[in-house]
Amino acid sequence: MIELVWLIPLFPAIGFLFNGLIGRWFNLDKRIVSWVACAALGLSFLFSILVFFALLKIAPEARDAVPDKVLFDWIVSGDLKTVIGYKVDPLSIIMALVVSGVSFFIHIYSVGYMHDDPGVTRYFAFLNLFVFMMLTLVLANNFLLMFVGWEGVGLCSYLLIGFWFDRDAPANAGKKAFVVNRVGDFGFLLAMFLIFAHLGTLEFNGVFAGAHSLDVVTVTLITLLLFVGATGKSAQIPLYVWLPDAMEGPTPVSSLIHAATMVTSGVYMIARCNILYSMAPVSMAVVAIFGAATAIFAASMGLLQFDIKRVLAYSTISQLGYMFLAVGVGAFSAGIFHLMTHAFFKGLLFLGAGSVMHAMSGELDMRKMGGIWKRIPITFWTFLLATLAIAGIPGFAGFFSKDEILWQTFNSGHRYLWLIGAAAAGMTAFYMFRLVFVTFFGRCRASEEVQHHIHESPPVMTVPLIVLACLSVIGGYVGIPHILGGRNIFHEFLQPVLGGHPEATGHATFSLVKPAFASEGAAMGNGINMELLLMGASVAIALIGIGIAFYLYIRKPEVPKRLGERFKTLYTIVFNKYYVDEIYDACFVKSTKRLGTFFWREFDDGVIDRSVNMVAKLMLWLGGVLRRIQTGRVQGYALGIILGAVVIIIFLMR
Amino acid sequence: MNLMGFPILTAVTFFPLAGGILLLFIPKAQEEFLKRVALIISLVEFVISLPLFIYFNEGVAGMQFVERIPWIPEWGVNYIIGIDGISLLLVLLTTFLTVLCILSSWRSVERMVKEYMVAFLILETGMIGVLVALDLILFYVFWEVTLIPMYLIIGVWGGPRRIYAAIKFFLYTMAGSVLMLVAILALYFLHGKATGEYTFDLLKLYQSAFPINTQYLMFAAFAVAFAIKVPMFPFHTWLPDAHVEAPTAGSVILAGVLLKLGTYGFIRFAIPLFPLAAFKAVPIISVLALIGIIYGALVSMMQTDLKKLVAFSSVSHLGFVMLGMFAFNVQGVQGSIYQMINHGVSTGALFLIVGMVYERRHTRMIADFGGLAKVMPAFATFFMVVTLSSIALPGTNGFVGEFLILLGAFKANPVYGVFGATGVILAAAYMLWMFQRVMFGEVTHEENRTLKDLNLREIVILVPIIIMIVWMGVFPKFFFKKMELSVQNFLYGIKARYTESVTIPRLGEGESIVVEEGVGDEGTGTEGQHMMEKE
Repeated sequence: MIELVWLIPLFPAIGFLFNGLIGRWFNLDKRIVSWVACAALGLSFLFSILVFFALLKIAPEARDAVPDKVLFDWIVSGDLKTVIGYKVDPLSIIMALVVSGVSFFIHIYSVGYMHDDPGVTRYFAFLNLFVFMMLTLVLANNFLLMFVGWEGVGLCSYLLIGFWFDRDAPANAGKKAFVVNRVGDFGFLLAMFLIFAHLGTLEFNGVFAGAHSLDVVTVTLITLLLFVGATGKSAQIPLYVWLPDAMEGPTPVSSLIHAATMVTSGVYMIARCNILYSMAPVSMAVVAIFGAATAIFAASMGLLQFDIKRVLAYSTISQLGYMFLAVGVGAFSAGIFHLMTHAFFKGLLFLGAGSVMHAMSGELDMRKMGGIWKRIPITFWTFLLATLAIAGIPGFAGFFSKDEILWQTFNSGHRYLWLIGAAAAGMTAFYMFRLVFVTFFGRCRASEEVQHHIHESPPVMTVPLIVLACLSVIGGYVGIPHILGGRNIFHEFLQPVLGGHPEATGHATFSLVKPAFASEGAAMGNGINMELLLMGASVAIALIGIGIAFYLYIRKPEVPKRLGERFKTLYTIVFNKYYVDEIYDACFVKSTKRLGTFFWREFDDGVIDRSVNMVAKLMLWLGGVLRRIQTGRVQGYALGIILGAVVIIIFLMR
Repeated sequence: MNLMGFPILTAVTFFPLAGGILLLFIPKAQEEFLKRVALIISLVEFVISLPLFIYFNEGVAGMQFVERIPWIPEWGVNYIIGIDGISLLLVLLTTFLTVLCILSSWRSVERMVKEYMVAFLILETGMIGVLVALDLILFYVFWEVTLIPMYLIIGVWGGPRRIYAAIKFFLYTMAGSVLMLVAILALYFLHGKATGEYTFDLLKLYQSAFPINTQYLMFAAFAVAFAIKVPMFPFHTWLPDAHVEAPTAGSVILAGVLLKLGTYGFIRFAIPLFPLAAFKAVPIISVLALIGIIYGALVSMMQTDLKKLVAFSSVSHLGFVMLGMFAFNVQGVQGSIYQMINHGVSTGALFLIVGMVYERRHTRMIADFGGLAKVMPAFATFFMVVTLSSIALPGTNGFVGEFLILLGAFKANPVYGVFGATGVILAAAYMLWMFQRVMFGEVTHEENRTLKDLNLREIVILVPIIIMIVWMGVFPKFFFKKMELSVQNFLYGIKARYTESVTIPRLGEGESIVVEEGVGDEGTGTEGQHMMEKE
């Protein structure tokens, strides 16, 4: 069964080719197109499940040693040999399950959401292509094939962000996403070159087996460069700027690509390279610090936005920061765990936002909503469940994963990072409930026209909401911490790839970085009580956040405005997202363009081409001068001949 | 000697010329018929070039399909032609692109169709001749032969400033080739003096090892000639002018093949003839290549004319080719050769695409477009795929070439690799920005609202290109295995002689090398063996 892993990405590829070629050429009926796309994903999901169960049958310690499924040689040049090959191990199959599963439901949702769009064939072709690329990324058995998926998902992101290309904003946003991602990919490329130059292979098995021969500087450089790639794809500081703009794409795309799957590939990549990262404590610290910084920075930007999707976008960036914090402190499986639960609840939040838009005639500004919870009950209740999950309310999926990250951070001795994480968690609870309160409660501020049309979405959209809502509730129970009497089967399953149990690895890895803190952390009395205490603290912080949101947006809705006026400068800066886009535009975009213009006008035309033409002119001038010798007077020529003869004679007689 | 006793390489080389002569007998007025005959000739030419690929023995490192006929024996000038894995792919690229070029000229060439087609077919013979010639005089003749038809194609069927562009193209290239001619003669005399054998036979000249100062001079002369053709920064300014003024097919063949004659010249002549000087020139060439990559991309970004944009992007892409070649390792050189083919396919396609939109709108200014994707969806799809190939997206041909080049460059010198890789970012920026301004957004010009989507002829032109883009991107091994040994042989040869000319500066000293197990079947002639054992 496991050998059939290549079928998992194959089905969406077939779906893409069918819809992209036959569907578009023959203008097939959109029902055929939609259901072909969904069926492709259904089969892909089915095979992921089958392979998963096949893997479960293997003894746990052998699960990371399943032979790679190699299809054919790809680039072969000298000592470089790369293949199209797939790797099945607990990590890749978890990713494949999440990707194909969530994609499947989002495809179904899209059937309803994109129903009236004339470009539906193109949409489903791109969406299938995306899933193919994403599955290639997670199942690849070597860095180069992973890079194919890596850039491939970037391409699909570009195509789907700019899906409504006849408007400027989506077209700009798509291009921005691609170019910013390319900056990250530059790092990824260089990392591959370094790996190949030192280890002579790009295959995961070979690289990780030979990693111990690398010196610390090289491995640090490699891991930092890979992290540059991750900051692009996973929207971390400093390359996060494309993700908020990416919300210009259709909402299911935001849900699938820009929340549930593609943006998490950086986390996956680092987890995949956990052996390399464990050897590079400096890189680990960098990852953790950037993760924590992104978590709080993005959360703060989410506090004041009014566009539902933008709030969710900043929230995504922030949550991805948590995942990087997790892998940065060595809690790789906690990072993957949060990746999974986040895929459920954030995917759901976006789909819910899409459903709200559907009800509100395409409106995105929450100031023009309100009081609609009774009108769209399924959307509301599922949205609420997802919000509870992301806010970290005990019992919901996000609680288990986020809390584990915070605990691992603290336990590994990073108390400041814990503090940042906890503060960001409070902000998360606040802005998410602000979103819920302003959107669904209070007085309805939409126009009569819009209010009249408010309606619940059709079942094809609500069923995926319900499924994801269930997963947002129960998804966390695969990773119940020991302290709450659970077994944490999620970690046990990933253990062959990601190393020992998190409690153990966390220490082992981090004793390299800050041994003092680590031992201190452990020495801070009874570790178990500490864990419970922190759990209580983070729940309390979340509740405080919710409480503030409740006070500001339900009890005293006039207060936020007054606060905004009181702290006008701060408000303006945060509301304008710290002007990062403007700064980048001035520093990178404008200066590059200026340089290009300078090179073209001043240097190319002004110096190089002018000198070329000067040579030509010089020849003309010379010709003009020499022409005067050709006078046509015979006496002159005769004189010349005589002089010449004399010179020759003198020369010969010398 | 050759394929089952048939001089296939001569046939491939001269068939277009014969076809061109045949066209002369068709009355000028029968334009449709002329076009059809020209198309059939180019198609037949493509078909007869395929056996070269099929019967090419990938187990042999040296020259294959070799033919050798004395031409001017008293001067040591011979008609020697042959191909190895390096020229094989370029020959096929030439025959492939010529078909598409003739098809693309169907509507765009309105006057003097007969002369145009004849010029094109002669050009094809010239280009293939350059790629197969193994005698320096023969090579030089073909090299100059390519100039004249191209000069006419730009100068007669070109745009408003065609005369300026044509003369600039001609004189610029000519200035380089004259230097090269001097170097060829110097090579002839020096080799003759040293060995007593006066010959222009390239394979024999490969074995000479000159003192370093002589090598410098001669390498410089060859390098300038080829660098102008490539074109390398700062010899590139003829290119935008030539491209802008040339008719579509002229641009396609110029970018697709003629520029490759420059890079091919380096790999076939300048480097193996003067390996020591080539090694010493690595920093200069690499830095110029890097400047070309970055500078070309930046200037390309700001262009307002589509053809100029593509022309400057060629400067950038050819920078990659040179960077990889001078990495002097397997990945770099293979990537470099592959990139030559890639650039021919995808930049050729870009010029075709610009031509298609030009035929509809009679403008190439980016500002005159916008929103075309809505009006011409099929066109948009093709354009997108070609754009992606040009920015080296994995899965397309461009990625394979650029990845190997950068990997090779990185292995040779990490700094080169790092700077080269910035070209990957810039390429995405200038191509996607251009694509966005042309294809996306609202239709702002009324004339664009009624543009017709691609017709069948245009789709027939573009489909083979798309197939090549994907095929070469997904199954590169199919092509790589043909050039593998030739590239290893190339590297082995220059490296062996590099050390040799340092330690034993004597002439004609050779040592045998064994390059894998060469199977000497009928595909291998004595020349093949000769090449294999040339060191």
